[in-house]
Amino acid sequence: MNIQNLIKVSIRAVFSNKMRSFLSMLGIIIGVAAVIAMMSIGQGSKESIRQELSTMGTNLLTVRPGADMRGGVRQDPSAMQTLKIEDYESIINEKKYVTYVSPEVTSGGQVIYGNNNTTTTIYGESPEYLQIKQWDVEKGDCFTEEDIKKSAKVCVVGKTIVDELFGENVDPIGKNIRFKSIPMKIIGVLKSKGYNSWGMDQDNVIIAPYTCVMKRIAAQTYFSSIVCSAITEELSDDAIDELTKILRRNHKIKDEDADDFTIRSQAEMMETLSSTMDTVTLILGIAAGFSLLIAGIGIMNIMLVSVTERTKEIGLRMAVGATGFVISVQFLIESIIISVTGGIFGVLLGIAASEWILPLFSMPSIVPLWSILLSFSVCVVIGVLFGYIPARKAANMDPIEAIRHE
Amino acid sequence: MENNKKVIIELDQVKRYFQVGSETVKALRGISFKIYEGEFVTIQGTSGSGKSTLLNQLGCLDTPTSGEYYLDGVPVKKMSKNQRAHLRNRKIGFVFQNYNLLPNTTSVENVELPLMYNNKYSAAQRREAAIKALQAVGLGDRLEHKSNQMSGGQMQRVAIARALVNTPAVILADEATGNLDTRTSFEMLVLFQKLHKDGHTIIFVTHNPDIARYSSRNIMLRDGKIREDTINTNIESAAEALAALPKPQDD
Repeated sequence: MNIQNLIKVSIRAVFSNKMRSFLSMLGIIIGVAAVIAMMSIGQGSKESIRQELSTMGTNLLTVRPGADMRGGVRQDPSAMQTLKIEDYESIINEKKYVTYVSPEVTSGGQVIYGNNNTTTTIYGESPEYLQIKQWDVEKGDCFTEEDIKKSAKVCVVGKTIVDELFGENVDPIGKNIRFKSIPMKIIGVLKSKGYNSWGMDQDNVIIAPYTCVMKRIAAQTYFSSIVCSAITEELSDDAIDELTKILRRNHKIKDEDADDFTIRSQAEMMETLSSTMDTVTLILGIAAGFSLLIAGIGIMNIMLVSVTERTKEIGLRMAVGATGFVISVQFLIESIIISVTGGIFGVLLGIAASEWILPLFSMPSIVPLWSILLSFSVCVVIGVLFGYIPARKAANMDPIEAIRHE
Repeated sequence: MENNKKVIIELDQVKRYFQVGSETVKALRGISFKIYEGEFVTIQGTSGSGKSTLLNQLGCLDTPTSGEYYLDGVPVKKMSKNQRAHLRNRKIGFVFQNYNLLPNTTSVENVELPLMYNNKYSAAQRREAAIKALQAVGLGDRLEHKSNQMSGGQMQRVAIARALVNTPAVILADEATGNLDTRTSFEMLVLFQKLHKDGHTIIFVTHNPDIARYSSRNIMLRDGKIREDTINTNIESAAEALAALPKPQDD
């Protein structure tokens, strides 16, 4: 029998038992849809985190004091005070792969205006900080180098601070707020950035000249970190080398000793995050994959029943000249038809779920093409794999017994 | 007898033993006969006489434990399963007691079935051959009827058409009237006699001794051996017997 006729015969067999075929397809449909939905959640979250990180600047580099924790050895507290003003100046003077530099000093505390107060973090930065973070001032201006020199008590504030202290319809520019009893004049309001993916309010900040924060608020002579931007993301590694060289020299670190600082790039961070997301996606995918496996077993079950039920038909076909091989191909095609049809509907359902249902629960979702191809080919494999045992059972039947089977 | 005719079936000391537990069941204890082209042979025996086992041998569904079987000159004993399937497809037409039609399938498609396993036939040729076979059994007006829309007699006619469609060397009928009422049974016998007259070789396996009256030769089996092998010189007409039956009383 040629393959066309075999397919026709198999399609007819599938259709002659619509309910049963549909139910065994349903397992595949749900399984495939689940795999695709899970993959698209994984892919969607990964993409949204990536986008968020890249708005923060993919070329961002952060220098922190202290080496990486190694072997759980606690570090000397003085190791956390190694980033000094001289380091900043050396970077400014020698930078080649680094474009913008800003030292960073932070301090948390309460900020007060009139009767209102709120808890926030004040960031002491250089004016280049906003370029590094690709952050715009919406109203007013940023502070200048002049303000840095004078340790001026001026600041730029985030939207949340404005809302908390002033409410609506009040122009905060020029108003004096008090941070830990130090009066600071607001000269600009930052454009809103909203919450990041860790749930942190990025607008709950005050940015002031680093000199001001160092001397007047935190009262310290070292930086908590230095943030820089590399020329491009690709040149991040060169920029890291450059910074390492400058800092090792400044800190007089011997060749054999380890760095007393750590430089992290945003690219590296993204790498870490996307590999984490990949793991999550994989786990979700595997969980959904199990439902596919069970669906496959369901198909096998139905095919076994079908083979037993059609013992007589098999006997007849063999009596009139069908070989065992042709019989097995007939049943194999049948199970492939069930699994592939289920797969097609599953793909459609999965795409529909990712496009319309998941967004209703504000879940990010992107359907990756490979997940469609993957789950579809898994369906074919399931059809063959779980169709094989029933098909072999049919092929091995003895025509004498099969034809007289009641 | 009929020495100038072609031998279709030749059995030479065919034995078939089955191992059931520690016991050996001797179903066929050495059977030898020849069947010539154009014969209508009834093989008759009570249950346990070995007639089903013999039928399986003749139908190439099984191979002998010892002895040799030639179907149309081809030795069957050494053949593989697949070779025998191929042989059945080309040389044998089966008619079963319970019709064995595919459900939800039209007459034409049922009759086409053996040709589906013969790649030499195109779809059009298949259909043409099936329609011809159905016309030969008097079902030219029932081509697209499904098996569940037909009477027992009609279904058995479809089954006979299916056995004819591959122009086999021999038609093997296994209790082909066993499930039918007297009237329809005679209708079938009329049909078999017609096929016999047309030159078909027919082997009709049955437990019913009356049927032997309508065949050209009767082989009686008992305990795995041939007890009688007689040529029927006075073949009765099934058509006359059918006409003599009382008319059905339904109104």
